[in-house]
Amino acid sequence: MTSITSAVKKAHRDERTARIFITACGLIMTLIPFLIGIFLFVKGTDTFTTFHHPLSEFLFSGEWDPSDTAEGGGKIGSAMFITGSLAVCGLSLIFALPLCLASAIFMTEIATPQMRRMVQPAVELFTGIPSVVYGFVGMTVLIPFLRKIFPMPFGFSLLAAGIVLAVMIYPTITTMAADAMTSVPQAWREASYGLGATRWETIAHVVLPAAKGGIVTGIILGLARAFGEALAVAMVIGQMKVFPKSLFLPASTLTTAISADMGGAMEGGEYSAALWTMALLLFILSFIFIFIIHTMNDMFTLKGDKR
Amino acid sequence: MNSAVNAKKRMDHFMTMVFFAGAGLAVILLIAFVGYVMIEGFGHMTAKIMSFENGGLGNQLFNTLYLVFLALVFSSLLGVPAGIFLSEYARKGKVVKAVRMAVETLSSLPSIVVGLFGYLVFIVMTGSQWNLFAGALSVSILMLPLVTSVTVDALQSLPDSYRQGSYGLGASKWQTIWRILLPAAFPRIMTGLIMAAGRGFGEAAALMFTAGMSTDIHWDNWDVSSRLCPLNPFRPGETLTLHIWALRTEALEANANEQAAVCSAILIVLVVSFSLAARALSYHLDKKMGGNR
Repeated sequence: MTSITSAVKKAHRDERTARIFITACGLIMTLIPFLIGIFLFVKGTDTFTTFHHPLSEFLFSGEWDPSDTAEGGGKIGSAMFITGSLAVCGLSLIFALPLCLASAIFMTEIATPQMRRMVQPAVELFTGIPSVVYGFVGMTVLIPFLRKIFPMPFGFSLLAAGIVLAVMIYPTITTMAADAMTSVPQAWREASYGLGATRWETIAHVVLPAAKGGIVTGIILGLARAFGEALAVAMVIGQMKVFPKSLFLPASTLTTAISADMGGAMEGGEYSAALWTMALLLFILSFIFIFIIHTMNDMFTLKGDKR
Repeated sequence: MNSAVNAKKRMDHFMTMVFFAGAGLAVILLIAFVGYVMIEGFGHMTAKIMSFENGGLGNQLFNTLYLVFLALVFSSLLGVPAGIFLSEYARKGKVVKAVRMAVETLSSLPSIVVGLFGYLVFIVMTGSQWNLFAGALSVSILMLPLVTSVTVDALQSLPDSYRQGSYGLGASKWQTIWRILLPAAFPRIMTGLIMAAGRGFGEAAALMFTAGMSTDIHWDNWDVSSRLCPLNPFRPGETLTLHIWALRTEALEANANEQAAVCSAILIVLVVSFSLAARALSYHLDKKMGGNR
C-alpha cells in the first residue's frame, strides 16, 4: 500500500469520525432544553399526580400552606406568587418603557452618529451587570430613599422591585428598539420630510409604525427577563407571602418563592413539589414568550414590507 | 395656515425636548448607578478585605474566576461542535430549524430554572454535595446558546471561496473545517467566548443550589483530591455573586456592607472589562477583514 492510499484511507476514516462526533454534539445541544423540560415536567406534575391537587387550586387559590412531608395534605394555591410576578413585571414595564422609547428615538433619530457611537455601547454594557449588584444597590440606596419620600413601613415593596427590574430591562428593550428603528430605510424618512412633515411627525407616523415589530419583540424579551429574574427581586421585594395589594407593601413572586424556600424544603415532599411546579410554570411561560416572538416575526414579514 | 405650521413646529420642538430629557435621565441614572458602586466599592477596598483570610474576598474571587473558566471549557467543548454542526453539516430546513429553536429556548430560560435543573441532575441524582463542578456545568448550560450562535455566525461569515479553494486542493470536508475554517473563524469564536465569560461572572441564581454558599480552602494544601485544596473542583465554592446574596440576606459578618460593596465593584470591573475586550476585538477584526459586514 502506498503512502497516498493510506493517507486517503485515513482522511476517510477521520471524515466519518468527525461527522459522527459533530452530529452527536449537535444532537446533545438540541436535547438539553428538552431534557430540562422533561425533568421539570416530571418533578412539577408530582403536585397533581402524587399529591392530587387540582390544577385550578395551584393557579387560582390563594391558600399557600404546603406540608413539608411526603404525605402531603397541605394547600398549594400559588395565585399570590403568580399575581406578584405579573404585578412586578407590569410595573417595571410601565417605568421602563417611556425611558426606553425616548432613549431609542434619541439615539436613532436625534443624536449625531458620533453621539450614537458613544451612547449605544454604554447602554449595551448594562445588560451584563450582575443582577445581585442591582439588588445590592436597590437595598442600600433605593429602599432608604423610598422610605423617606413615601409613607411605607419597610421600604421593601412591590414598588422597589418594579424600579429595580425597570433598570434591569432598560438596556434590553432600548437596544432592540434602536436596532429596529435603524433598520427603517432612510428613504422613508426623506419621503416624509419631502411631504412637509416635521421630525416628530416623521417619527410618530413613519418610524415608529415601521419599527413596531422590533419594539414589541424587545418588550417581550424584556418581560421574559423580568419574569425570570430571581435574586435582584428577592433582595428588595421583602418576600412577604401575601397578595400584592399595595405598591408600598412587600409581596412575593414565583422566583423569590423558589429561591427562598427550595434550599430548605425536603426533597420529594409536597412543599418541594409545589416549588417545582412553579419552576415548570416559569419554563412554560418562557416557552410562550418565544412562541409569541416567532409568530410575531412571521406576521410582520408576511406583510411584505420589503426592507 | 401659519398658525398650524407654528403649532406643528412647537410640537416638534417640544417632543425633541421630551426625547432629549428621557434619554438624558436614563444615561444620568446609569452613570450614577455605576459611579455609586465604584465609589462605594473602591472606597472600602482594604488589604484585609482583599486578603484570602476570613472576612476577605480573595477566595470568592478565585472561585468566581475558576468557575467561569471551567464553565467556558465545558460550553466550548459542546457549543463549538454544535455550531459547526449547524453551519456545515446540518441540512437546511427542518433540522436547522429544530436546533435553532432549541438554542433560542435555552437562551431565554430563567437562570433559576437552569439552576434547579443543575441541582436535580448534578447534585441530587449523583448524590453529591454542593460543588464547584456542578455550578460550572449549570453556568455552561447558560453559556451554550451564545457560544453556539457565535460559532455559527463566525463560520458563515467566512467567504465561500475558502471552502472551494480547500476542496479544489483535494481536502476532505473535515480537513477543510479543521485546517481552514476553524483557524480563520477562531478570533470571532474567541470574541464570543470572552462575551460568555462576561456573562458568567454575574451569574448567581443558577449557582444557589449547585455551587454552594460556603467556601473553605487552604492555600498551602495542594493535594487535588483533598476537599480543602483550591484547585479541587468537587468542593463547595462560593462565588462573589453568591457572597453578596449571602451577605445582604444573612448579614452575619460585621463588615457585611463593605464586603458587599467591594464584591459589587469587582464584579462590575470584571464584567465591563470583558465586554469591552470582546468589543475591541470584534472592532479590530471588522477593520482587518475589510469591514464588509
